[in-house]
Amino acid sequence: MLKDFFGKKVKVINLGIASFADDLRKQGVETVHTDWRPPAGGNKKIQALLTKVANWQSKVKSAKGAR
Amino acid sequence: MVVSFIIKKQTYFDSVTLMLIGSQVKKLPGIDNTVVGMCTDYNIDSLKRLSMYQSAFDGLTPNDLIICIRASDKKTADAAITEVEKRLASRKKPSGSAELPPSSQEDAAARLPDANMVLISVPGEYAAAETEKALNAGRHVMLFSDNVSIEEELRIKTLGVSKELLVMGPDCGTAIINGTPLAFANAVRPGNIGLVAASGTGLQEVTSTIHRLGCGITQAIGVGGRDLSEKIGGKMTLMATRALAEDPATRVIVLLSKPPAESVLKTLYAELKGISKKIVIYFIGADPKAIEAEGFVAANNLEDAAIKACDLSTDKQHKPELSEAQIAEAAAGCKMTGRFLRGLYSGGTLCDEAQRILQPLVGELSSNTPIKGCKKMSDVYSSTGHCIIDLGDDDFTRGKAHPMIDPAYRAERIEKEVADPDAGLILFDVVLGYGSHLDMAGEMVEAIKNGCKKANRQPLLAACICGTHEDPQNYEQQKTTLEKAGIKVFPTNVAMVKFAQLCLERNK
Repeated sequence: MLKDFFGKKVKVINLGIASFADDLRKQGVETVHTDWRPPAGGNKKIQALLTKVANWQSKVKSAKGAR
Repeated sequence: MVVSFIIKKQTYFDSVTLMLIGSQVKKLPGIDNTVVGMCTDYNIDSLKRLSMYQSAFDGLTPNDLIICIRASDKKTADAAITEVEKRLASRKKPSGSAELPPSSQEDAAARLPDANMVLISVPGEYAAAETEKALNAGRHVMLFSDNVSIEEELRIKTLGVSKELLVMGPDCGTAIINGTPLAFANAVRPGNIGLVAASGTGLQEVTSTIHRLGCGITQAIGVGGRDLSEKIGGKMTLMATRALAEDPATRVIVLLSKPPAESVLKTLYAELKGISKKIVIYFIGADPKAIEAEGFVAANNLEDAAIKACDLSTDKQHKPELSEAQIAEAAAGCKMTGRFLRGLYSGGTLCDEAQRILQPLVGELSSNTPIKGCKKMSDVYSSTGHCIIDLGDDDFTRGKAHPMIDPAYRAERIEKEVADPDAGLILFDVVLGYGSHLDMAGEMVEAIKNGCKKANRQPLLAACICGTHEDPQNYEQQKTTLEKAGIKVFPTNVAMVKFAQLCLERNK
């Protein structure tokens, strides 16, 4: 439930603009900045396939969890 | 002029880091232009447009970095490339740790398994996939990236709602969650006002004003500008509002948005009527009476939304930080040296608010982002007549960092406006907070002084500061910097615009 998240300490994974992570760290927020880069070397076809695989894996995981 | 370049294959930096370094190096003596960017279609177009494209760039990918400099001579250009490399090298060092940063969201999650929020600002085409990964791992998302299609937005928000996880965005610049400011947000004290907003600078202006009035917030949840469109159906606004309704720490709820689509408005009102807490609504440009008729508290502007929320949260009356009399006193004796008004905003909602208040007074008013009744500027790079400009709009930010981060273009523009004999009154905003430039007031004052010196004239100038005394920039220092340069300073955009109204009326 979203309301249960309210009041909890925010811990952040930052993807993209590095200065956002710097600002969070300065405030004492636990943050991991990711040295993100376009997946599959920027190859769109391979990226689409990777996304399909990831979504399929997630569905399998959810189905297993539901059993 | 000569062009020097270097290619760094498989070396990725975020666009803001690259644009800022490019912009800083452009200021060095002898440098005519710089393109420091990943080899994206946009950067390739820019290089071609600037006649800086080289055949060596053929076949590069968005994972390859180009540093391309045009300068007066080769030595200067090469020295600038070295300077860019030096600045980039300092950015790559992981702060406070010898460990290399993780290269994917999954690797990052392994380092911080109990992370509950993913802040995403990758290029738009990759943003939805990263959001889905985060949601599938049970984490909330703040999606700063723009250029996410509405179909993708619908898909990720549907997923977010099914898991009861926040999807704040896309194109969401501001949020304060559980006391943590994310991206562009101000340091605002905790309190009992919960906000849901489809407007970034609108949310900054209201939360900062709440803080300065002595009150505080529980959450400031950004939902992205399209959330209340027919297609998205207010998915995040509804989920966030429900959560605030059930949150015992929240006493008053504030909603900020452009007027929602008609079908969404019905659903939203039906939902809100079931909430027993006080609700303040500011639908920018909508008729407040229609909102009041539904039983809600309607605000007339951003400052008014903050005041009404503070009143309801404390059962005490709050007043604007500057009274009408104080604003009139500030305007007394102010003389416009040219006929026209020029507004140079970095905050889109503040620009919109200024147009809304001033258009009925001045009649013909132009903008690059005109509201109903205003004219679209024929050339956004050149002002004629009364103009109020959003410098954070796509017109000015394609391939450049937002003017809240990088003041370069706004400084150039303000220098030009100051020198224009037609410009009699110049308004601008100084947005403080995390993510924003550390000395915007200093940058603006320097440009204004240059413009005044070159043109030997001094138009009337006014600024509003959106921020709090807890922000990293030092509010008082920013205010003093502006005041010392003869600029009238106001705590809110509305106060500044009322000042402008008085000056314009007098000089009609």
